Amino acid sequence: MISIKNIHKSFGATQVIKGVDLTIEKGEVVVIIGPSGSGKTTFLRCINALEIPQQGAIDFSAEPAFSIDFTQKPKQKQILDLRRHSAMVFQQYNLFPHKTALENVMEGPLQVQKRPLSEVQQQATQLLEHVGLKDKIHFYPSQLSGGQQQRVGIARAIALQPQIILFDEPTSALDPELVHEVLQTMNALAKEGQTMLIVTHEINFARDVADKVIFIDQGIIVEQGPAKQVIDHPQHERTQAFLQRILNQ
Amino acid sequence: MLVLNDLLTTLPFMTADRADIVISSFWPMLKGGLYYSIPLTIIAFICGMLIALFVALIRVIPQQNKLHKLFYVLTSIYVSAIRGTPLLVQLFIIFYGLPNVGITLPPFTSAVISFSLNVGAYGSEVVRGAIISIPKGQWEAGFTIGMSYLHTFRRIIFPEAVRLAIPPLSNTFISLVKDSSLASLVLVTELFKQAQNVAARTYEFMLVYIEAALIYWLICFLLSLLQARLEKRLSRHNQRKL
Repeated sequence: MISIKNIHKSFGATQVIKGVDLTIEKGEVVVIIGPSGSGKTTFLRCINALEIPQQGAIDFSAEPAFSIDFTQKPKQKQILDLRRHSAMVFQQYNLFPHKTALENVMEGPLQVQKRPLSEVQQQATQLLEHVGLKDKIHFYPSQLSGGQQQRVGIARAIALQPQIILFDEPTSALDPELVHEVLQTMNALAKEGQTMLIVTHEINFARDVADKVIFIDQGIIVEQGPAKQVIDHPQHERTQAFLQRILNQ
Repeated sequence: MLVLNDLLTTLPFMTADRADIVISSFWPMLKGGLYYSIPLTIIAFICGMLIALFVALIRVIPQQNKLHKLFYVLTSIYVSAIRGTPLLVQLFIIFYGLPNVGITLPPFTSAVISFSLNVGAYGSEVVRGAIISIPKGQWEAGFTIGMSYLHTFRRIIFPEAVRLAIPPLSNTFISLVKDSSLASLVLVTELFKQAQNVAARTYEFMLVYIEAALIYWLICFLLSLLQARLEKRLSRHNQRKL
């Protein structure tokens, strides 16, 4: 279980996250929705300290257990430790351009986790096969389509065997016809019991795959609950307005 | 040799005597190039690049502690001072100036030191520019797979920055080849010093200096071929045409 408590984040005088709590069970898929500028991406980035919150705490209760309290400025060592409990899939993929798909996936397990080469290579090859890129493992990112690059990004995240994978609008930069292949990969991953926290605008995906949907607006959680309930029967006025805007597009 | 002599005399203003001077001065000049100009350039460039990398790193790392701050200030002064003064003046300070404070360095060593310091300052700006032009997402990708700042720099940012820095650094290198002729002014018997010696003896200034120019040109031309190959090799992963 991962519990995130009372996260506050501001940039200068602008308060972006105003006290967000969230508990994620093992194997749970949680989707965060909300208007742009609502702070959902910032919240996600607080969980691996790409943004350092001014207040709040995060606890990972599963082994290896870890907790961090942001009330005091965290040390580098703590930040590194926190990051090693999660992995991230970026909107712009952020693959390493000078490394092949296989090398991208192997980098973390080999360089950070110091696992043996043969094991890492085997795992990375399997993962790339698993995301449907068996014949592309020696390709460089520039030789892959956006959808293929994002699937490499997902494989790179899984390879770290993290307690949770954070997805930051993973399909927003893709051409419409490539969105499907990435969502399919994520769907399969969810079925395998991977714990995931996803920021996305893909409402249908959220309805089908998420266990829990959270609606964030102006830095707070306005509404949360089971996916179907929040999306099909939103209680709060702001949630209704947002969903109406997004579904009528 | 006779064939070459005949060939040269077909050029305007070229007498048989002059052709002889061209031919007989070629080897001493080339030797000056091979023994002094090129080693000087290569050694100074390598030392300069090490300085450049160190300085660039100090200047891109986010502010850490007092020690870092001190280094930051020192490197800023260094870059500003070197870029704000002529290379020739720097060279004269080291070769002719230092003996006044009891440090006497041989000509070649003086040249290596001043050229290294010069390349270090200019190179550091090139390297710094290359590093900060790598998208922030690359750093973040490194952090999220669990790497520290320096680990990300070494494994991810540096290799990408090198590729970006090759064209401008090649420029620096080629400039250095030509600037190495300044070493003739501190008595290094490099290519141009040899040319000056021959010219002083024969009074054929035009002829000998043009010959020296052609040799520099040849060296730089070969280097630019090397640069093209290096660029191609380093961008092999980027096969989409721009």
